[in-house]
Amino acid sequence: MKKIYLIILLTFFKINLVHSLIEVDITRGNLDPLPVAVSPLHVDPQSDIINEIKTKELGENISAIVEKNFKSTGLFNPLQKDSFVQKPDIAHLKPRFEDWRLIKAQALITGKVLIKDNKLKVEFRLWDLTASKEMLALAFTTTPTNWRRVAHIISDKIYERLTGEKGYFDTRIIYVSESGPKDKRIKKLAIMDQDGANTKYLTLGNELVLTPRFNPANQLVTYLSYFRNLPRVYLLDIETGVQEVVGNFPGMTFAPRFSPDGKKIIMSFAKDGNSDIYTMDIESRLVEKITEHSSIDTSPSYSPDGKYICFNSDRSGLQQIYVMKSDGSDVKRITFGDGLYGTPVWSPRGDLIAFTKVRKGRFYIGVMRADGSGERLLTENYYQEAPSWSPNGRVLIFYRETKSGPKGEGFTAKLWSIDITGYNERKITTETDASDPSWSSLLSK
Amino acid sequence: MILLTVLSLPFMVREPVDLPPIVSVELIRISDKTNIPFAPKARKVIEEVKKEEKRVVSEQAPPSAKAKEKPDRIPMPDDKKEKKDLVKKKQNPQEIKPQIRQSSEFEKKEIIDTNQIAALIDKAKEEKAVQEKTSNKLTQSSVKNSFATGLTLSEEDALRAQIFGCWSVPLGLPYDDNLLVRIKLQLKKDGTIMKSEILDHERMNKPGQKFYKVLAESALRALRICQPLKVPLTGFEKWKEIQLNFNPTEMLKG
Repeated sequence: MKKIYLIILLTFFKINLVHSLIEVDITRGNLDPLPVAVSPLHVDPQSDIINEIKTKELGENISAIVEKNFKSTGLFNPLQKDSFVQKPDIAHLKPRFEDWRLIKAQALITGKVLIKDNKLKVEFRLWDLTASKEMLALAFTTTPTNWRRVAHIISDKIYERLTGEKGYFDTRIIYVSESGPKDKRIKKLAIMDQDGANTKYLTLGNELVLTPRFNPANQLVTYLSYFRNLPRVYLLDIETGVQEVVGNFPGMTFAPRFSPDGKKIIMSFAKDGNSDIYTMDIESRLVEKITEHSSIDTSPSYSPDGKYICFNSDRSGLQQIYVMKSDGSDVKRITFGDGLYGTPVWSPRGDLIAFTKVRKGRFYIGVMRADGSGERLLTENYYQEAPSWSPNGRVLIFYRETKSGPKGEGFTAKLWSIDITGYNERKITTETDASDPSWSSLLSK
Repeated sequence: MILLTVLSLPFMVREPVDLPPIVSVELIRISDKTNIPFAPKARKVIEEVKKEEKRVVSEQAPPSAKAKEKPDRIPMPDDKKEKKDLVKKKQNPQEIKPQIRQSSEFEKKEIIDTNQIAALIDKAKEEKAVQEKTSNKLTQSSVKNSFATGLTLSEEDALRAQIFGCWSVPLGLPYDDNLLVRIKLQLKKDGTIMKSEILDHERMNKPGQKFYKVLAESALRALRICQPLKVPLTGFEKWKEIQLNFNPTEMLKG
C-alpha cells in the first residue's frame, strides 16, 4: 500500500515538474547574413611555380572567388580580411577560436594549396567558431588550370553544409548576347560561368538565336535559330562542341526545353495559325502532340519528376498558366489573378513555378506553388521576363530591359538574379547586352 | 632505485603536447570540364570576323557545316496532309514574320491591362488582414504561455528579444517545411548555459533532415552568442530549466 502511495506521489510530482518547464517560442531572428571569415588559402612553399595561374597568389584568388560567391547569395557576409587575427597556415591547423569570435565571425574557412607534378591539390576546412569545432574537411585534386572550378566547388560544399541545400556555384549560364540598335539587333549565343567569368561566344551573330535551354541532366543545350526565316531547333554539346539540327519543322516553333531526364524536347509548334504543345524524342525523333486546343498554347515546362507540364494558354480569353499531366490529360488552370501570365518554369525542387506577369504595362517576376496558390511577386520593372532556375531552386535569373538614355531613348538588356525570398536582387555583369538566360545543372555532382 | 630513476626522467614530467586535431579529409578528383573545346576556335573566328567585317555579313549561320545541310523534316503525328498544305503555311507571312522577331511571349496589345485594379487592392487588403490575424494569434499564445510558466510577460519578452538579436535565421531553409527545433537549457543563476539539449536530436543525423540540422545548429549558435541570457533576478527554481522553441516559418515566408 505504501508503494502505491509512493508511485502516485512520484507521478504527481513528475507531472508537476513537466508543467513547470518554461517554454518560450522564438519565431523571429535577424535577417543579417551569417558573418563568415574566409581566410586566404595557404600556398605550400614547396609548390611548383606556374606563371600562367600565378601560383603564389592562388590561395588568395581562390578565397576571393569563394567570398564573391558567398556575398552574391545574400545569405553570408564575408568579413574584411584586415581584421583577421591568425596567419592562414596556422589557422588551417587549429584556429584560435576565441580570437576569431572577437571579430564577430561565426564560421571560418581555411585551406591549403599544393601544386606538384602538374597536379593541383586544394584542401579546405570549415569551422564552427561558436562551438569551437570543425564542420567539414575536404580535399580536391585536379589540373592547375581548373583552379576557378575548385573555388566554386568549395563554395558549393560549404553552402550545402551551412544551408542544408545544394549549392549552385559550379554552374554555367547560357544566354543570348545582344548588340546593335533594336531594329537591327545582332544576337549571338554566349556562355559564361555563373559568376560572369569565362565568357565564350558560341555563334557569330549572323542569324537570330533564341531561347537557349540547358539539359538538366547534362551539358547539352537546345536553342532555336532562324535561317532564311525558318526556325530550326538545334542541339549543342557544350563539352564537345558538336552541334546538330534536330528539327526543321514545317511552321513556327517556340521555346524548346528538355524533359527532366534529358531524353525529350518539349516545345510549342504553330500550325494553321494555332499553336499546340509537342514533344520530340531526341533519339528516335518521334514527335507527339500533347495539347489539342484551338487556343495558343506555349512555353511548356516539365515538373522535375516528369509527371506534369505547366504551360501558358489563352484558352480562357487571357493568357494564363495551366498544369496538365505529361500525356496532356487533366488540364487545370492555376492562375486566376488579374493581368497576364507567361513563361512558367517549374522549379528543380518541384515546389514552385516561376512566371512572368504583366499588369498595367508593368512586368513582374514571381513564384507560386504548383497548384497556383501562394503567388509572390518578387520583382517589378518596365520590362523583364524569361526566368530560369538555379539548379537548387533557390535563385532565379532573368533579363530586364531598361531605358538607357536620359530622355528615355535607347535601351539596355541585362541579366539579373533574385532569390525566392525576393531579398537579394543582383545585376549580373556581362560583356554585352544579354537576354534569355538559362542556368545549367551542377557540373560536379 | 630503478623506479626512481625512471620517474625522474624528463619526459615523465613534460606536459602533453597540444596536437592539432586529426580530421579525416575526403579526397575528391575533379575532371577537367572547364575548358570548352571549341570556344577558342570560336574566339579566333570572331577575331577574324572583326577584321573582315564586310565579308562576314554574307557569311553563314551559327552551326557551321551541319547547319548548311538540309535536315530531314520531322514527321508530325498528324502528318496526313500533303506537302501542299505545308507550303501554304510557309508562305503565310502574317503568321510567321511577327513571331520570328518576337522574343517576348506577351503580345504588345496585351501588355496594357487595365482591368480589375479595385479587385487587386481588395485582394491585397485581404492578404494583409489574414497576416495580421495570424500574427495576433501568435501573440495571444505567447501571452498564455507566459502566464502558464511563471515568467512575467516582460521577462519573457526580454529573453525573446535578446535571442532575436543573436539568431541569424538561415534564409535558405524551405519556408513550407514544418521546421521546429526544441532546445532544453539548464541555466546558472547568472544566465550562462550549463547544458543545452536538442529534444529531437535524433533528427540531426537522419538522412533527409539536412534543413533540420542547419536550423538546430543556427539555434545553438544563437544561444552561445547570446549567453549569459537575460534571466530574472529572482525565481531561479522556476527558470533554471527552460525550453526554447525555434520556429522560423513565419520569417521565411516573408
